[in-house]
Amino acid sequence: MASTDIIIHDEKDNVGVVVIEKITPNMDCNCWIMENDKSAKIQSKNEIPLGHKIAMVDLNEGDTIIKYGHDIGKVVKTIKKGEHVHVHNVKTKKW
Amino acid sequence: MDIPKSFLGYKRENGRAGTRNHVIILPVDDISNACAEAVANNIKGTIALPHSYGRLQFGADLELHFRTMIGTGKNPNVAAVIVIGIEPKWTKKIVDAIAKTGKPVEGFSIEGVGDIDTIAKVSKKAQEFSMWASEKQREECPISDLWISVKCGESDTTSGLASNPTVGNLMDKLEPLGVHLCFGETSELTGAETVCEKRGKTPEAQAKFKKTWNDYNDFILKEATDDLSESQPTAGNIAGGLTTIEEKAFGNFQKIGSRQFIDVLEPAEEPTKGKGLYFMDTSSAAAECVTLQAAGGFNIHLFPTGQGNIIGNPIEPVIKLTANPLTAKTMSEHIDVDVSKILSRQMNLDQAGDELIKATLRVANGRLTCAEALGHKEFVMTKLYRSA
Repeated sequence: MASTDIIIHDEKDNVGVVVIEKITPNMDCNCWIMENDKSAKIQSKNEIPLGHKIAMVDLNEGDTIIKYGHDIGKVVKTIKKGEHVHVHNVKTKKW
Repeated sequence: MDIPKSFLGYKRENGRAGTRNHVIILPVDDISNACAEAVANNIKGTIALPHSYGRLQFGADLELHFRTMIGTGKNPNVAAVIVIGIEPKWTKKIVDAIAKTGKPVEGFSIEGVGDIDTIAKVSKKAQEFSMWASEKQREECPISDLWISVKCGESDTTSGLASNPTVGNLMDKLEPLGVHLCFGETSELTGAETVCEKRGKTPEAQAKFKKTWNDYNDFILKEATDDLSESQPTAGNIAGGLTTIEEKAFGNFQKIGSRQFIDVLEPAEEPTKGKGLYFMDTSSAAAECVTLQAAGGFNIHLFPTGQGNIIGNPIEPVIKLTANPLTAKTMSEHIDVDVSKILSRQMNLDQAGDELIKATLRVANGRLTCAEALGHKEFVMTKLYRSA
């Protein structure tokens, strides 16, 4: 089995989590979807550290980020597939 | 894995079992700390539990203070208790409630006596209790005598991915064996509160959870000057990759596996509906939460961490697990169970859950946790509002 760079909780999720020390720009990453034990591939656009998220699809302002199959916040700045998803482009819907 | 059906614990007078055999010196109030610490210093085999409160509290806040004091003394990990307060009345109230368990307990008050004579008197009693407790032997106890509380801290995305689901896996395996389980952290379920509410086993449990969370949220909206985004997620959470409180909440929520909770407890309230999972209304600050759960009677604690929380508790052993390979490496002296292999697919959740069950039983049988070996004894009272 190829080593896993990114884990995705749920098939519905539009983000994955980096599980190696970091991924570098233009790296071809192996993804493991935990829910159904399937694999996927994605090419990164940024350097992303361990534990941080990568966009699995293009996301527009106002879109919802799905993780664990649930709504975890809204996109506040356009995110391209393969880019770093974090506090600079996603905010809570709570406040 | 064949889960062992028993562990070696200390059988108590009221039928509960302890994983530890502490003799505690419990100050009723802040100004009795010095006396309590002096006694614990004099008499080996005793520990003082100093804290910051206990004067001029009133209403629900005072009730919580008493519940925490009394519950801590009643905890089966405690063999015997000495209570020291400035005044006799509150001291006696705590002593009388602990005495209902049948364990040795004695109260002392300082007013009219002074520290030095009190320390001399209390030391004699503490010596008697310590030597008495030292003869207690571990005996075989059914696994259902374990009351397991859980709380995560310094969480990052590895918590939600692996260490919290490992705890959930343990819950799924141990609940059918009749253990009591408890999760808390009202604030950190924010974002997942409606999903959590549906995990209530009965409409009553669901309604109670909804009211508890709404009360908390109203309090936040009333007190907050802006919003919680400065403290939830914390700087440590954000550094670890968590972006929003919703993301943190769904990660947190993985700790209860697929279980349903049967009741909602007040902070430090002892469960009374039998075996199964309970939700306790607690702060999400680690030491406050564990102190409340210990006061509720829980005798062993599981603490998944991402970036490396180092908390311990004086009476309830705190087992730490992490799935973050960097934390496991850089903070190894704090980590009892390393489940980072889940992230590289070298270990699955079922195996990780089994490892955690094994570690839990070793600690229940007497193995020191990292936090115990390092001397972590965080005893932190929850305060609901300012004193009079």
